[in-house]
Amino acid sequence: MSQQNQILPHGRVLRYAFAERLNHWLAAFSYIYLLLTGLAFWSPWCFWIAAVLGGGQVSRMLHPWIGLAFFVAVMRMYSLWAPQMHTTEADKKWWRSLNHYIQNEDDKMPPAGRYNAGQKALFWSFFYGAIVLLLTGIVLWFPESIPWNLRWLRYIAVFLHPVAALMTIANFMIHIYMSVFAERGAFGSVIRGDVSLEFAKRHHPGWYEEIVGGSSSAPRK
Amino acid sequence: MSQATLRMQKISGHAGSVAGEDTQRQYTVAKLVDTTTCIGCKACEVACVEWNDMPFSPTTFDNTYQTMPETRWNYWNLITFNEHEKEDGSLMWLMRKNQCMHCAEPGCLAACPSDGAIVQYTNGIVDFQQDKCIGCGYCISGCPFNIPKFNKETKRVYKCTLCTDRVSEGLEPACIKACPTGCLHFGSKEDMLVLAEQRSKQLKDNYNFPNAGVYDPKGVGGTGVIYVLHDATQPELYGALPSNPTIPLMVKLWKGPLKWLGNVAMVGGLIGLFVHYLRFGPKDRDDAPREGGQP
Repeated sequence: MSQQNQILPHGRVLRYAFAERLNHWLAAFSYIYLLLTGLAFWSPWCFWIAAVLGGGQVSRMLHPWIGLAFFVAVMRMYSLWAPQMHTTEADKKWWRSLNHYIQNEDDKMPPAGRYNAGQKALFWSFFYGAIVLLLTGIVLWFPESIPWNLRWLRYIAVFLHPVAALMTIANFMIHIYMSVFAERGAFGSVIRGDVSLEFAKRHHPGWYEEIVGGSSSAPRK
Repeated sequence: MSQATLRMQKISGHAGSVAGEDTQRQYTVAKLVDTTTCIGCKACEVACVEWNDMPFSPTTFDNTYQTMPETRWNYWNLITFNEHEKEDGSLMWLMRKNQCMHCAEPGCLAACPSDGAIVQYTNGIVDFQQDKCIGCGYCISGCPFNIPKFNKETKRVYKCTLCTDRVSEGLEPACIKACPTGCLHFGSKEDMLVLAEQRSKQLKDNYNFPNAGVYDPKGVGGTGVIYVLHDATQPELYGALPSNPTIPLMVKLWKGPLKWLGNVAMVGGLIGLFVHYLRFGPKDRDDAPREGGQP
């Protein structure tokens, strides 16, 4: 969507177009429902969540359908963002400098483009996670239809479904932390679409250069 | 026996302790099925359907005497018929009363996520509580005997109750009462094991069945239904009775190590992120003060 990057008045720039924002929230709301009901099925200590959300039977009935909505949203994300998610040389350097990133020493990081290497990893983990969750989820949706001699399908599904879910939960927690707490302005960008030019320069210097046409060579920070 | 037998010692999907766990010593009940004296009359099948007030269920003909290929949500008791040709060319017609085995360590209960949907009473009976069943079917994956069956209309799972309603009133299960040959017995597990050992000794000593023995598989902690088999070394001959049934490995891994690792990782991750924020804060904290309007 880089062709849609446009400078807005008051030093702001469009980061997420309407289609991207809408799709993000389809994925977000469906994922949160899946997470809550999934946790209810995961542990007796969380089963009260199912009661709060309308009871165990309702949660059992809706979880697969909401799962389909989530899968559709993730596939739409793929069509929107996959071209921007390929690993570059800068990404490899980014991973080697991860320690600086964790300690907020962003001036020691290789310049990230519209997405940094961590965001790309998040994208791919949700993409592959959603595929595994869909395939195993279909088996868990209709366990009574799996014949006895194909029961290994059920055994694989009951194990892989939570494994894939846990992988997405790890990424989800980091995603929420980064976007709501660590990078001020990121949460607003996925609601209203725009960020400040300072935000772009600090967190995505490569993207910033792209926006301002490479004319600005102001030193970062 | 009294209503006290309905005290629970195991509860599915349950957070915290269980009132009946290790609180009393009580008879564990068991059915003994002597396959060597079963004549395949199916009186037990009819008695089960009658007592539990099941609707009519169509049968399937597959060139044997077997009523249907496997148990159904409304058909909990099924005699399996299998023909086995021995090495000397003689034929054995093996009939086995198939139903829930009421495992001491039930896989269905271990897999169930719904609080109280599957319980084990202190007398050993494993019972489904359909009002608490959410219809996820995890019990189907937990059972090594292919017993729990899903009803698509009610979206709940059903199986043999070992006639909990009769047993708690001091009566024997309906199938036992209907058996005309006396191949079915009911009583304490201890007594049934003694009876079963006596019978298999008789079969070995007097009836030329050197491999006769008792089926009480240890992989599921022993069962509340035990068999006397002509050949205890080959239980598979009796309609796919598993020789060493256990809770499936993937179910054990899921409910054991994965659950622990996952919980530690999730709680540890939350604590880690919180501490990170305390230590390092937001990424732009050292930037110059900004004008208003920052989202």
